[in-house]
Amino acid sequence: MSEAPVAPAEAAGVVGVRVVSKAFGGVHALRGASFAACAGEVHGLVGENGAGKSTLIKLLGGRLPPDTGSVMLDERAVRLSGTADAARHGIGTVFQELTLLPWMSVAENLLIGREPRSAIGLIRRGALAREAEAVLAGLGIHHIDPRALAAEVSLAERQIIEIARVIIRRPRILLLDEPTSSLAEREVEWLFARIRELRDQGTSIVFTSHRWNEITAIADRITIFRNGQEVGTFTTIDEAKAITLMTGRRVDALYPSLPPVPDGAPAALALAHGSLDGRTEFAFSLAAGEILGIGGLAGQGHRELFLGLFGAPALRRGRISVGGKPVRIANPADAIRAGFGIALVPEDRKTEGLLLSLPVRDNLSLPLLRRISRLGVIRGGAEMRMSREMISGLGIRTPTPMQPVGALSGGNQQKVLVGRWLLAESRILLLYDVTRGVDVATKHEICELMVRLAGEGKAILFYSSDTEELAHLCHRVLVLRGGRIAAELNRPELTAESIVAAAMRDAA
Amino acid sequence: MPPEAAEPPRGRTRRPVLAHVVGQNIGLILAVAILSASIVIFAAMFVVQQDRLPGSFEITSTVNNTMPLALAAIGQTIVVLTRGIDLSVGGVIDLTNALAAIFLTGGVWHMAVVSVLIVLAGGVAGLINGLIVGFGRLQPIVVTLATLSILQGLAIRVLPTPGGSIPAGYTAFLVNTNAPTALCFLALAALGWMGFRRSRLGVDVFAIGNDEQAAIALGVKALRTKIIAYTIGGMLYAVAGLFLAASATGGDATTGDDYTLTSIVAVVLGGVNLFGGRGSAVGAICGAFITTMIVNILFFAHINPLYQSFYEGLFLVIAVVFGALIGRLVRGGR
Ligand SMILES: Nc1ncnc2c1ncn2[C@@H]1O[C@H](COP(=O)(O)OP(=O)(O)OP(=O)(O)O)[C@@H](O)[C@H]1O
Ligand SMILES: [Mg+2]
Repeated sequence: MSEAPVAPAEAAGVVGVRVVSKAFGGVHALRGASFAACAGEVHGLVGENGAGKSTLIKLLGGRLPPDTGSVMLDERAVRLSGTADAARHGIGTVFQELTLLPWMSVAENLLIGREPRSAIGLIRRGALAREAEAVLAGLGIHHIDPRALAAEVSLAERQIIEIARVIIRRPRILLLDEPTSSLAEREVEWLFARIRELRDQGTSIVFTSHRWNEITAIADRITIFRNGQEVGTFTTIDEAKAITLMTGRRVDALYPSLPPVPDGAPAALALAHGSLDGRTEFAFSLAAGEILGIGGLAGQGHRELFLGLFGAPALRRGRISVGGKPVRIANPADAIRAGFGIALVPEDRKTEGLLLSLPVRDNLSLPLLRRISRLGVIRGGAEMRMSREMISGLGIRTPTPMQPVGALSGGNQQKVLVGRWLLAESRILLLYDVTRGVDVATKHEICELMVRLAGEGKAILFYSSDTEELAHLCHRVLVLRGGRIAAELNRPELTAESIVAAAMRDAA
Repeated sequence: MPPEAAEPPRGRTRRPVLAHVVGQNIGLILAVAILSASIVIFAAMFVVQQDRLPGSFEITSTVNNTMPLALAAIGQTIVVLTRGIDLSVGGVIDLTNALAAIFLTGGVWHMAVVSVLIVLAGGVAGLINGLIVGFGRLQPIVVTLATLSILQGLAIRVLPTPGGSIPAGYTAFLVNTNAPTALCFLALAALGWMGFRRSRLGVDVFAIGNDEQAAIALGVKALRTKIIAYTIGGMLYAVAGLFLAASATGGDATTGDDYTLTSIVAVVLGGVNLFGGRGSAVGAICGAFITTMIVNILFFAHINPLYQSFYEGLFLVIAVVFGALIGRLVRGGR
């Protein structure tokens, strides 16, 4: 395998940056980085959380100006005054943080700025929905209702709308910042088919992802970033080498080995007659020390199940028992007060679960304030010490524990979200897609942590949009489909393929 | 093991178009419902006490009394949609009302020019709000509270004691006391609103109210849009001031003060979301009429007018709580 680095300067770049720096307060997101992507290529951009990928994309997409250095277009330095200006240059961007307008319809979001208009320049609302429908169908999307509000569709669908909105503007430079982070396999395939079409038409595509298999599947060249600088650009590189370059150290085999569930382990959590929709029912139980995976395609009720167990809102029906004793969970406070620790990492870290303007420390300590308070007053020393431990334990990249969470990179925000529940020492952990958007090394750390916690006797209910991860990290996987358990897969036959097959199998 | 799911993994059934329309306009629908209910209650009380149904006189005076509030509420709606709020409404109305009492004289053309200038003065007040909110990145509530006081002070300087007079022709044109012709102005305003909603500017206003950062990422010029929104607001309050002067046939530099509160009441009753991005000026117009009907009902219930603002405040609280509840129901607990 050839691993010769390609110097960025050699290729005739269509879009790129030359020795740019960008700092936010004291944080240097980019330090003299250079990058170039060519026409007709998919350029993979990889690096750890906080390496500066999104910042680079924001510079290229006209969202932020560089402090020093310049953005290059067709080998000339340009100054982009905003995303609209970038669009005039043919640059279209899907930013990591979604930019859908929640209370506007899918159609309005999709066609914003290019709505069908009447002779006097007013938007024709009927035509708007029809055109959106046609445009979506043209991209092979049939299941999204253009008349629904953006807030009403699932996260994956929002992501797809976001991508579609950019693609239909026919950019000659397409920047995709973690576009697959909330997509399931089938939707990723859809996206890759679109990307290949565009590449073959000569579009220059920059693509970032933390999933290595996606990068190798789609990227023609790969640029690795570390600490706000490029480390090198490669045509082929194997994963181990890439990870070493990304992290600056060796990270061993990705999935830790799973200790078996001890025989006769007591059931930590049991659900009987559970129902998400009031019609179909299911039941399962989770033993102490077990990692039980919940698999299946997106939108099959995983989120509702996890939220339901946490009482946010409660399940439509179902009897929950913890450690053999029945409990009533009507709201999250119940879940916490009842003395057992259902812990939940929400799906959309942007709007749920994190207090973006508060410091990392406060976000970490939120669920355990009662434990570290005396007479209702928080013991600041203990709070600081525990958050420092968590920050170094999970490798959260923040200058100080007092940095507002909103200023961290996406992956680092995710680590805060996970860290909080680990600090809270819950006995039952509901982990919903906790590795989404975190880098390889962090993912490894989180996986190890999960296995370690299971070894300590914690019961873990785990959903991941990454099927590989489910297959490697779980003792058992339940596949949800249409609000019920369509299959239960146990160890020897538990593979990514069997999960996908069970998720897609049509009614028998 | 439970039986296999019958439906394919994807392919959700679509809701009919009507369901979307209802779901997405629930605030407006609710406003219309409350308005209808309040009209029925009012009519019933009227019948009981007067032995006849409210007639053309009652309708005309209700419409004329509501016009200033309806206009102010439309302006407030546009500002609230950007996720702002405008407390300077009362000040703008005070000032423009005072200016009208002094300068509205002479022939038709003179009055037309003066009216336009007064509306522009309202626009300037709004522009100043917009500039400070936009460039200063300050809380709209603080900025407009400050400009409210300033404008109130200016109004007193312009017209220290109630007085001046509005030519009868002007009054007859804006607030015809013989027939509810002011409804035409309202229809015009509603039409203007529908155009606004379908315009580039309207989309931008809704967009920044939905999510300002996202809107900026989509290429919306947030700063400019906000400034324009406050300016339009100011102009509409000025028109409200003119209507108020016309129906009072004179000026009073404090007569507009109540409109800061009542315009917000009308907007909330009209189903406009105070956090921006959702709502309709048609709803706000309904909200304005509901407010008037409440006053009428209180009058027939022989409640001391001194308590009026107490009830208005009460209804504001009820409307906010009710609106939040309905919103939660509609979203199905999401
Ligand atoms: N608006 C901001 N304010 C303060 N710091 C910021 C801001 N945006 C980014 N940073 C910091 O800049 C660094 C680079 O962030 P960036 O988002 O570019 O990383 P990334 O490579 O995209 O990471 P991820 O994989 O987690 O998305 C991080 O340390 C982050 O905390
Ligand atoms: Mg990023």
